[in-house]
Amino acid sequence: MSQPRSYLRLVSAGETAKARVRGYGSIMVSNEAKRQTETRELAACLLAVGQHQDRTAFHRLFIHFAPRIKAYGARLGSTQTQAEELAQDTMVKIWRKAHLFDPAKSAPSTWVFRIARNQRIDSFRREHHPEFDPNDPCFIPDSETPADMLLEQAEAEDNLARVIKTLPEEQKNLLHMAFFQDMSHSDIAQQESLPLGTVKSRLRLALAKLRKQLDGPSGPLAEESAE
Amino acid sequence: MTIAHHIPEDILIAYSSGSLSEAWSLVVATHLALCPDCRATVSVIDDVGGTLLEMIEQTETDEQAFDRLMRAIDDLPMDDVQPASAKRSVPAILPEPLISYLGSDLHALKWRRLGKGVFHIPITTGDTGVKARMLKVPAGRPVPMHGHKGNELTIVLVGAFHTHQGMFERGDVEVADGSIEHMPVAAPGEDCICLAVTDAPLRFRSIAARVVQKFIGI
Repeated sequence: MSQPRSYLRLVSAGETAKARVRGYGSIMVSNEAKRQTETRELAACLLAVGQHQDRTAFHRLFIHFAPRIKAYGARLGSTQTQAEELAQDTMVKIWRKAHLFDPAKSAPSTWVFRIARNQRIDSFRREHHPEFDPNDPCFIPDSETPADMLLEQAEAEDNLARVIKTLPEEQKNLLHMAFFQDMSHSDIAQQESLPLGTVKSRLRLALAKLRKQLDGPSGPLAEESAE
Repeated sequence: MTIAHHIPEDILIAYSSGSLSEAWSLVVATHLALCPDCRATVSVIDDVGGTLLEMIEQTETDEQAFDRLMRAIDDLPMDDVQPASAKRSVPAILPEPLISYLGSDLHALKWRRLGKGVFHIPITTGDTGVKARMLKVPAGRPVPMHGHKGNELTIVLVGAFHTHQGMFERGDVEVADGSIEHMPVAAPGEDCICLAVTDAPLRFRSIAARVVQKFIGI
């Protein structure tokens, strides 16, 4: 059992900070705290795999993510075998790319989602998902570099889950169709017998609500692209 | 450089969720390289994807799956880690991922004549039915007038053009659908170079342009 040392430090530092920030008593530290601890733990595992190919940490990642990725593949209409392969291929990519994971930039689940998404586009659709390259000389960097916000990220993710649950059913459905059914907006419109404009505006509404949770109401793009 | 014309959020959602096909996604990713604002939006949408993945009803994986995975990993070549991106010689004009699709930066591109002083380069993607191409329009000249049966996304990379919606400069994206009959005109001073993606054959108004179209198959 070679649990990386940084992992323990990260978790306990996070816990202390959280207790300080929130002033939570031990009774209140419930599911939410568990989720946040889990997020930090998964981040630490990705770092351990990236830094020294830690197999114990990788096993932990497998236990957490493989069943989810497999479910993701199955939702996208693949066979059991294909879904299993998607989980395996994605886990191999995670192993190979773990050194590129940066906990200040993305939550572990977001990072894994991107890899799983790209892998399924590759395997199921025989296409690529073109992406920008932050090391490209043409790349225009962000004006402000985000602080190290592992803790905030864990909390933001938790908020996001809660807000997704409270979205109106119609918006939640559209999000699921977009993410899990590989349907274009016009496919969705056709299946749901809705005008395309309605599908687009519902998706935008859902996004606005979710972003409000992450940015606060005065986020940089809050009013933009109303149309 | 400030970007005035962004990618609509519903297209960003389609890009991030993975439901947008490759040629459209190429325009989105090229815009993202030049637009921190839209990158911030996509990062939120990716977070939604990550959260939905966390919340998904899980499927059992079998007992041997991890052992099989580790055997596959042990079979990987020793130094098989994803390399950091290669350094490019400056000055670089076309951003990633576009440059990888074209195979070279602007100076080495082989343009093909399209007529009326306009040149183009078709781009191959895994996307069937949606066509991507680079377009070069001489300074001050109109892009041959056309309407659209389908959708079109155009991102400016060098120079500028204007339409009734305003001026489009480097990084700006023009979104057109079947309802728009538009006539972009390249700004004076320098040739305008764009990446244009469309899912319908363009309907050129002039007979000459239509004849050209028939032969080059755009």
